[in-house]
Amino acid sequence: MNRRRFIKSVAATGGASTVAAAPSVALAQDARRETLVVANELGPNSLDIHGVGANRPAYGVAVNAYDRLMTFGRKKLPDGTLSYDYSKLEPELAESWQVAKDGQSVTFRLRRNATFHDGAKVTAKDVKWSYDRALGMGGFPQFQMRAGSLNEPKQFIVVDDFTFRVELDRRDKMAMPNMAVPVPSIYNSALAMKNATDKDPWAATWLRNNTAGGGAFRVEAWRPGQELIYTRFDDWKSGTLPRLRRIVQREVPSAGNRRAMLTRGDIDMTYELPPKDFLEMAKESGPVRVVSTPVENAVFYIGMNTSRPPFNNPLVRQAIAHALPYDRMNDIGFWGRGTKMWGAKSNTPAKAEWPVPHGYSTNVPRALELLKQAGLPDGFETTLSFDLGGATIGEPVSILIQEALARINIRLSINKVPGANWRAALLKKDMPLIFNRFGGWLNFPEYFFYWCYHGQNAVFNTMSYQNPAMDKLIDAARFETDPKRYDAQVKNFIEIAFNDVPRIPLIQPAFDVAMQKYVQGYMYWFHVQADYRTLSKA
Amino acid sequence: MLRLIGRRLLAAIPNVIGIVIVTFILTRALPGDPAAFYAGPAATLEAVEQVRAKLGLDRPIWEQFIDYVGDLAVGDLGLSVSTGQQVRDEILRRLPASLELTLLGLLVACAVALPLGILASTRPGSWIDHACRLITTLGVSLPIFFTGLLLAYVFYYLLGVSPPPVGRLDSMFSPPPHYTGFYLFDSLIAGDIALFIAAAKQMILPVITLAVFVLAPLARMTRAAMLGVLSSDFVRTARASGLSSSTVLYRYAFRNAMLPVVTTLGMVFSFMLGSSVVVEKVFAWPGIGSFAVDALMQSDYAPVQGFVLVMALLFVTLNLMIDILYTLIDPRVSIDE
Repeated sequence: MNRRRFIKSVAATGGASTVAAAPSVALAQDARRETLVVANELGPNSLDIHGVGANRPAYGVAVNAYDRLMTFGRKKLPDGTLSYDYSKLEPELAESWQVAKDGQSVTFRLRRNATFHDGAKVTAKDVKWSYDRALGMGGFPQFQMRAGSLNEPKQFIVVDDFTFRVELDRRDKMAMPNMAVPVPSIYNSALAMKNATDKDPWAATWLRNNTAGGGAFRVEAWRPGQELIYTRFDDWKSGTLPRLRRIVQREVPSAGNRRAMLTRGDIDMTYELPPKDFLEMAKESGPVRVVSTPVENAVFYIGMNTSRPPFNNPLVRQAIAHALPYDRMNDIGFWGRGTKMWGAKSNTPAKAEWPVPHGYSTNVPRALELLKQAGLPDGFETTLSFDLGGATIGEPVSILIQEALARINIRLSINKVPGANWRAALLKKDMPLIFNRFGGWLNFPEYFFYWCYHGQNAVFNTMSYQNPAMDKLIDAARFETDPKRYDAQVKNFIEIAFNDVPRIPLIQPAFDVAMQKYVQGYMYWFHVQADYRTLSKA
Repeated sequence: MLRLIGRRLLAAIPNVIGIVIVTFILTRALPGDPAAFYAGPAATLEAVEQVRAKLGLDRPIWEQFIDYVGDLAVGDLGLSVSTGQQVRDEILRRLPASLELTLLGLLVACAVALPLGILASTRPGSWIDHACRLITTLGVSLPIFFTGLLLAYVFYYLLGVSPPPVGRLDSMFSPPPHYTGFYLFDSLIAGDIALFIAAAKQMILPVITLAVFVLAPLARMTRAAMLGVLSSDFVRTARASGLSSSTVLYRYAFRNAMLPVVTTLGMVFSFMLGSSVVVEKVFAWPGIGSFAVDALMQSDYAPVQGFVLVMALLFVTLNLMIDILYTLIDPRVSIDE
């Protein structure tokens, strides 16, 4: 190309684009109404939820670009926010299902007209392949499948093209809801197999960068670290066709800029902001609405290592529970955005629910007395560790605790653990005192307790807590069929957890989303990823 | 000249080998356990071991090293676990983004700093000299993230004259076809003027942020070098011979003052690539710096190794170019021995 030709061509295209611009204005407005622009701190690192190291935003891809056999119903929370309803299962790819009388198998009938994005019919073979894959990939997906008694590929049976049966070793109330979480997404097995190799039989490499789903949206473009663009799959049969045609999900690391963009109307929605920003925006009377939902089955807590002194003594643990500056932590650390988990009348819960507040509140004389009883009137030295990845909250909370414990002669040093090391540090279980958070996807108290308090000593039992009585109650509740007995078991293990207090629940976190007021249909999900299928712009 | 280049490139080989070894060992010596990190919420000890085996981290370190070098030999920089992409592709995509920003920032900085330095040196103590001092002091004392956020706040949030700080392009545009990876060039090659303007608009604030940051050393160095040269004998002789002041200034003085300025330019360029991490974070720029920092935070070895290697190669080239520039500016300089 020579210079003269180049300039000519530039002039020509420049002219053409101005001519074309005029009629496209109206179209652009329409497009703008059907396009949702979202900016978050982080985007997916994989399009495959089964992949090693898939991050949370990758769960969002599973939700929007893939279908499951079932989905959850929806309910209105007291404040009018829409939420998924874990007690109700609704059809997604399966149009109906039947649970056997003994509860040990369930037969799904698939929609006959459902197709994947490439037009291939969704068959029971694809479902089986996908379930096998979730187990075969190991790690997180396998763990999640097993949480609902889906342990072996031989449990998944193709009856015919449109009938699929799952067999269970035992009646398990978590089996059905577990098939509606994002992990058992249905993959297009023929398409995936085309891209599999001998070394990579589950096509993990290809599916990391490509989708093989049949969900409501297809991935139009993915630029890792920059943006993810969805377009609507118009032949979607597994639910009401979404109102949005296009979603642009961008990564903008600076929280300040995201807030500015939202206020100026350049983006429609953002998820992760510091609690302070959400608090301020909720108070402003601008075009922005902040929706705040308590995260189910999740708690911020102080964990104490019960395997070694001084925290192997319940009196010391109770002393700490009486010494924490709950109100100040809530105001300064959490900016009041969460549900208080302290100050109940007693340690005996009124209802078989979780999380519920415990009976401790700030009472320094009582704390001193308990320490004296424990034979430690002069206090001791110890270390409080927290994850630097969540320093926005962890830092102020730790400093407040340091201040407060000094009043009962406990000299606390603070150990900030970089995000990359946090999980490894938890696995070692040698930190005396930690500030941490845990949330369970399946909303059952015994599910939470199984991971956090059970003597099997999962990584989330960060306190190395061992109590056979507690284990027995948790195991019994998991498979209890009688509601009355179940209630008693749940209340019982919660009470033990509060009296023995290996961990002190602080706050049930709130999940905040800020969006333009014209964005309708927002729904809270336990996986806290955006479900674009229900959203629209008024 | 060609012999010089060849010799210098040969001499760089041991450097690069050293860098490969050191970064490999350093990344392994970092605290943190990638297997525990990537095992995700499933982290039972057994799951962590599964992931460790999958990542190949359960094998002896020398075996991992041999694998790594073998992959390097065929141009494979490995897979980034945190972004799920091939490190080579990721770097090829992100390096142009960073370079485009840095080079343009450098260009703007030179365009402002050189005239400013020259003017300040010809009129020491005048208002322009004071202005030069003020601007350079501001430039070094304002932290780069602050300048960036301030510019975004004023020009985007308050005045609304600048596009939202969302990276290389607004979401209404899609990137031009890939030729050079520089959006400004690629959009012109594709003949898309609207896209060129959109890309240029996104660049204004980050480029200014970077330019302000490096203005100070450049302007100060120009001023100091010019002052030294202007008071030297040959300038006095030139003046005494009745040469016009512009000839004296540009033909004689400035050319002689160029050497230290070019040296500073090379150093400044390396600062900029390093500090562009901050600018990239503020303006959501998908550059190579933020990629490396994110990877480091997540114990993701391959991108860190790839980043250091690419940077090392870049600096080898940069130093070579600067040495060649020396010989062009000043024929007396010879680095051939």
